[in-house]
Amino acid sequence: MTTATGRHIPDRLTSPASRALKSWEALLLIVAIAIFIVNSMASPYFLDPWNLSDASFNFTEKAMIAFAMAMLVISGEIDLSVGSIMALTSTVMGAAMTAGAGTPTLVALGLGTGLLCGAFNGLLVARFGLPSIVVTIGTMSLFRGISYIVLGDGAYTGYPAGFAWFGQGYVWWVITVELVIFALAALAFGILLHRTNFGRMVYAIGNNATAARFSGIRVDRIRFILFLLTGLMSGIAAICLTSRLGSTRPSIASGFELEVVTIVVLGGVSILGGSGSIIGVVLAALVMGLVTFGLGLLNVPGIVMSIIVGALLIAVIALPRLWSMLSRK
Amino acid sequence: MSILGKALTTAAMAGVLMASTAQAEEMRIALVVKALGIGFFEAANKGAEEAAKELGDVKIIYTGPTDTTAEGQIEVINSLIAQKVDAIAVSANDTDALVPTLKKAMDRGITVISWDSGVAPEGRQMQLNPSSSALIGNMIIKLAADNLPEGGDVAVLSATTTSTNQNTWIEEMKKVEGNYPKVKVVGTVYGDDLADKSYREAQGLMQTYPDLKAIIAPTSVGIVAAAQAVTDAGKVGQVNVTGLGLPSEMAGHVKSGASKSFAIWNPIDLGYSATMIAYHLAKGDAKAEPGASIPIGRMGEVKLDDKGEAAMADPFVYDSTNIDQFSSIF
Repeated sequence: MTTATGRHIPDRLTSPASRALKSWEALLLIVAIAIFIVNSMASPYFLDPWNLSDASFNFTEKAMIAFAMAMLVISGEIDLSVGSIMALTSTVMGAAMTAGAGTPTLVALGLGTGLLCGAFNGLLVARFGLPSIVVTIGTMSLFRGISYIVLGDGAYTGYPAGFAWFGQGYVWWVITVELVIFALAALAFGILLHRTNFGRMVYAIGNNATAARFSGIRVDRIRFILFLLTGLMSGIAAICLTSRLGSTRPSIASGFELEVVTIVVLGGVSILGGSGSIIGVVLAALVMGLVTFGLGLLNVPGIVMSIIVGALLIAVIALPRLWSMLSRK
Repeated sequence: MSILGKALTTAAMAGVLMASTAQAEEMRIALVVKALGIGFFEAANKGAEEAAKELGDVKIIYTGPTDTTAEGQIEVINSLIAQKVDAIAVSANDTDALVPTLKKAMDRGITVISWDSGVAPEGRQMQLNPSSSALIGNMIIKLAADNLPEGGDVAVLSATTTSTNQNTWIEEMKKVEGNYPKVKVVGTVYGDDLADKSYREAQGLMQTYPDLKAIIAPTSVGIVAAAQAVTDAGKVGQVNVTGLGLPSEMAGHVKSGASKSFAIWNPIDLGYSATMIAYHLAKGDAKAEPGASIPIGRMGEVKLDDKGEAAMADPFVYDSTNIDQFSSIF
């Protein structure tokens, strides 16, 4: 290193890692376009607006949570209870529906339950300083456990017709309500993370929480808010999924937490915290949705599909690392 | 479709994959199962392929999610709707959650039936049950009677006192008891579907009724426990254990002679019949309405009841002649 460049002390965000990150998003975009082209050649049914619209359900609900999860992971935390929050939220809405609640009440309850669950996680992590992975593995069992106690092997069915709008409705032509919520959420989280002080503080905490605390950032408060946001997005996703299925069972949304984390990691968010972007998560959600739908059209068995998704994940994550190792030599 | 779309479609047709144009004339029937990699459903697929071969112009798409989730099944069904398959025959992971998606399939002209594990009536045209309570009730006592030409005392080892299925079957059995005059049902005990409790209850039956000739256990847990109890008591050949069980769990007891025969639905026949029904409904030469009859090839025909459900056949009987073939399946 020469003295001329030595005077410039690079911030981590403008380091080569950041440039790799930028090319990572470019890489994801190329992957998404490639998958799109391969799919349209492999199946005559792929390039149909209605089919693509149906296929968007493969990722919209998971992606909504993934935006909030991305911020949480950037701050150095994780929430593995999101699938269970959805189950509990759906159960609460189901119970209210049985008691005669209308659509507005159901939506309010859905948002409220999600927020409460998020607050519970946030309290344990931010106030009591417990590790988030341990807390949320616990609440993962706890929240879903409550649903199982309430419902057993039963189900809530018969949601009001108006409620079906969220998961089955269309805003315009093939644009579903869920797609619009997905786009709005992407925009909101994009602005929050990349255009506000709050977003900068999230990066700062993820890079070095102690340094952030000494810089006067109220670390615990921000962590708490991030858990709240994740709970809220899980609540919204639960409203959409419940509306789409038209019923609630305690097994609803099982395994969602890992798929959400997969999208986040595929989107280039560092699992160690400190870096990542919302656009990466959007692209990752599209890639996941396109891959699973494309393979589904070719009737590829689900077992093979999960192998392909796993390989894709490892490949996309290993590539930049390999790249930087090679370029350093 | 736009010119671009058409061009791409043509390109796809021309080359890349096996998307051959010949498929267009075939009827594509999708057999959607609860999850892939389950022996029972692999066997059903065998039956579906058999039906396809018999019908000639049918292609079976055997598919399902990796876990038994409704969400996974919906993704699979969405991709089948996108492919514009002619019929979907589904064994559902969730009675209600699949309804909106299956309704959409029907709106787009796809024939939808459920089999094995049913879908709520508004989400399918008909449901194919492997058997009916009346047929099961008759079969379990018939199996006991067939192996008792001289007649004698038989007892029932059930699951719990509140098990709806078992109670219905036993009730149906009692209705037809008169048809088997030599057999005398002396009592019913409950093993709660727990292996150890069922075992003790079976022991108790043999002590209470020294002349007991058969134990009927219409539960897969009970039948294995009873066969074990008979073997341990050294009463193989004196007390025959029968009822409903799984071939894989019962193979040893059939070979030892503790159980001469037992029954359960045959997944191969079920897959075969579901395919036949889907074919006839999609073709339009049969209608799914209450009271209608639909031909199911070598299995005869099924008759729909007023709830749009039909029972395929008597439970299939497994004995020493066929147990090896099925014990590897399920």
